[in-house]
Amino acid sequence: MANVIKIKKGLDINLKGKASDVLLNGGKSDSYAIVPDHYNGIVPKVVAKVGEKVKAGSVLMIDKNRPEIKFVSPVSGEVTAVNRGEKRKVLSVVVKPEAQVEYEDFGKKNVASLKREEVKEAILQAGMWPFIKQRPYDIVASPADEPRDIFVSAFYSAPLAPNFDFIVKGQEADFQAGLDALAKLTDGKVYVGIRKGSSVSVKGVETVEVEGPHPAANVGVQINHIKPINKGEVVWTVNPADVIIIGRLFNKGVADFGRLVVITGSETTERGYIKTIAGCTISSLVDGKIMNGNEDIRIISGNVLSGTKVMKDDYLGAYDNQITVIPEGDETHDFLGWATPGFGKFSVSHSFPAWLMGKNKEYVIDARIKGGKRAMIMSNEYDKVFPMDIMPEYLLKAIIAFDIDKMENLGIYEVAPEDFALCEFVDTSKLEIQKIVRQGLDLLYKEMN
Amino acid sequence: MKALRNYLDKIKPNFEEGGKLAMFRSVFEGFETFLFVPNTTSKSGVHIHDYIDSKRTMTVVIIALLPALLFGMYNVGYQHNLAVGADPGFLMTFIFGFLAVLPKIIVSYVVGLGIEFAVAQVKKEEIQEGFLVSGILIPMIVPVDTPLWMIAVATAFAVVFAKEVFGGTGYNVFNVALVTRAFLFFAYPAAMSGDQVFVRTADTFGIGGGQVVDGFSGATPLGQVAIAGKDMIGSFQAVDVLGHPISTWDMFLGLIPGSIGETSVLAILIGAVILLFTKIASWKTMVSVFVGGAVMSLIFNMIGTTVAMCVSPLDQLFLGGFAFGAVFMATDPVTSARTETGKYIYGFLVGAMAIIIRALNPGYPEGMMLAILLMNVFAPLIDYYVVEANINRRLKRVIK
Repeated sequence: MANVIKIKKGLDINLKGKASDVLLNGGKSDSYAIVPDHYNGIVPKVVAKVGEKVKAGSVLMIDKNRPEIKFVSPVSGEVTAVNRGEKRKVLSVVVKPEAQVEYEDFGKKNVASLKREEVKEAILQAGMWPFIKQRPYDIVASPADEPRDIFVSAFYSAPLAPNFDFIVKGQEADFQAGLDALAKLTDGKVYVGIRKGSSVSVKGVETVEVEGPHPAANVGVQINHIKPINKGEVVWTVNPADVIIIGRLFNKGVADFGRLVVITGSETTERGYIKTIAGCTISSLVDGKIMNGNEDIRIISGNVLSGTKVMKDDYLGAYDNQITVIPEGDETHDFLGWATPGFGKFSVSHSFPAWLMGKNKEYVIDARIKGGKRAMIMSNEYDKVFPMDIMPEYLLKAIIAFDIDKMENLGIYEVAPEDFALCEFVDTSKLEIQKIVRQGLDLLYKEMN
Repeated sequence: MKALRNYLDKIKPNFEEGGKLAMFRSVFEGFETFLFVPNTTSKSGVHIHDYIDSKRTMTVVIIALLPALLFGMYNVGYQHNLAVGADPGFLMTFIFGFLAVLPKIIVSYVVGLGIEFAVAQVKKEEIQEGFLVSGILIPMIVPVDTPLWMIAVATAFAVVFAKEVFGGTGYNVFNVALVTRAFLFFAYPAAMSGDQVFVRTADTFGIGGGQVVDGFSGATPLGQVAIAGKDMIGSFQAVDVLGHPISTWDMFLGLIPGSIGETSVLAILIGAVILLFTKIASWKTMVSVFVGGAVMSLIFNMIGTTVAMCVSPLDQLFLGGFAFGAVFMATDPVTSARTETGKYIYGFLVGAMAIIIRALNPGYPEGMMLAILLMNVFAPLIDYYVVEANINRRLKRVIK
């Protein structure tokens, strides 16, 4: 009998623009890039030179503080640029691809016969270590650590999120091999959260059946319910789609960063999955799929809650397998919006008639904040969408005041910014909660190390 | 709306830094966001936001206050008619009350919002809408014959010293409207209690007025309770302005003397339903206040050594400002307890404390105002212990 977690608090935002389980054309990008800003907790040091020929799997960049963590080229070709911003900050390392991808050979390996150090070495060499994140701090894990457990949430629950059952189809063996590899890295267990009713089946790990609204798929929520993190403990987390890529490394012996990206959102004309390679440009994914003549749109790498706003010449987020396109809305001037009844406006508050419309009505929501920033006024707003044994309001106040003792006591080590995304969505006071949490985690990390 | 939008866009540069009218920037911004929902889009974090904002929240509270306010206006006229023995019909009764109350609303808004606008301008912040609610609460919790200048002074005091010095909306420790009421009570006690202030006997802008009828007394039921001697235990009966006995049902409907908005439990309950349905007020706080009041009244009933102790629980909850305080004041999210467990404790203590003050303090017939202000002080302490409990539970995980 599998363990079952029932999440009660949370919110499913029913957005227009769902993708069906179909493959679309596209994904041929004219450049690929590693973007340091996609990763937390690393200091980039570029090792590749402009003009150098690289294969898929050749090292482009390392972490200055932990040089064993490598970032590799996802394709073969020529390094065409190392873009830098203010204070010579590395913005991106760009590779122009060849027609046929050539791979570095890392050698096929049978995970079962490998020792821990060998698995670790293989993942590090192939540049797949950055897929492994740690809590506390929600940063790229440190290879020197021995994690208590490793957690993988094998589904997505954010608005318009991809269907992992569809992504994993045909790659079950790679997913299993990836989990086997992770199991070698810890003395504890590998916990895999699976959506109730999902067809995903895995062996050799602890499976946990999860049901309930978003954020049920957030790995932080699952950790909090399965085995919460206490001070001094470290756990690792990996996105399920990235587990497949790690598994592929062992099964095929190459760094194949191919992944499925789902195109969603109300402002798209064609929705479905595109087979592409990590680091591709946004335009290679969305060109021809966005509504014609509409300039007033926002493209998001990721989902509407925790994704990043991108331009067409930006690159797909390193951990993302979703593109969402919504209206920007800055040309909308809502006359007396606070006083009118507001039909068609989505709100969890009963002061709007959205609750009358039923759960099946789909909403188009633009990127406006829809109000002014205020101090925290309403109480108990965050708690209703925050299914952890943590008091979100008080943790946030401790972060704002940077009271380290309070932050520790109230659970800072268990959370990542994405866990607060719904709090930010429902907040009457329109605070930038995820930003507050991210800054708090970064500051605390600096303070502690 | 397009024309209005274009006009605003045209004059906007004047109000920006360096513009001719830059000193009115906050006022302009206030009106702009009042007319149009701001079109700023998210820069970080979530890309979509819920449509609720603090303007919407405050609007709902004001809507919830309207039944009690409108009933209060009618009741002002009704009590006046009883006092002078006139019957000018429903409409004129209402108009009399409307004209008596309207200047108070205007004064409270002009003074309060004026200070808020000025502070927002100095601090270079947006104008915050918290006072929209306080500004309408203030006229509803004062006797009808309170002079306008007193309301102005008290409002200014409360907005500056109870709110702005703490940092503005969301940071205040005390409920601003109640601080206004407390300031009035302690600075001008003669104008705030007794039997002369709760019923207007003079005319309003030339309407009404006349000879007060024989046997008139403007004392509120709670005022009558407070002055009743020990010999009246068992035989005490609250009466209306003409000396007719009033029943619990009369107290529920609210055609009795009292502060403007507080008399009708029925109208207040309509507001309570709006607040609870929209989930803007916490039912936990609200219910706990009534439970606390009822439990404390029962305890005093058992002791029963003065008239004030013998008032039945239902009458206690229906009389004076108890229901109004429970529904609109105790549930103020900023000044009440913010944790869910804390809300039960906070509410219960507000209710209990109000009855204790009513029963034991002979000088002051009403206890709700002081009870809520007192618990405002304790709310952070209650929350502190609730949060500590969470911390301890989380620490125990490690040991387990």
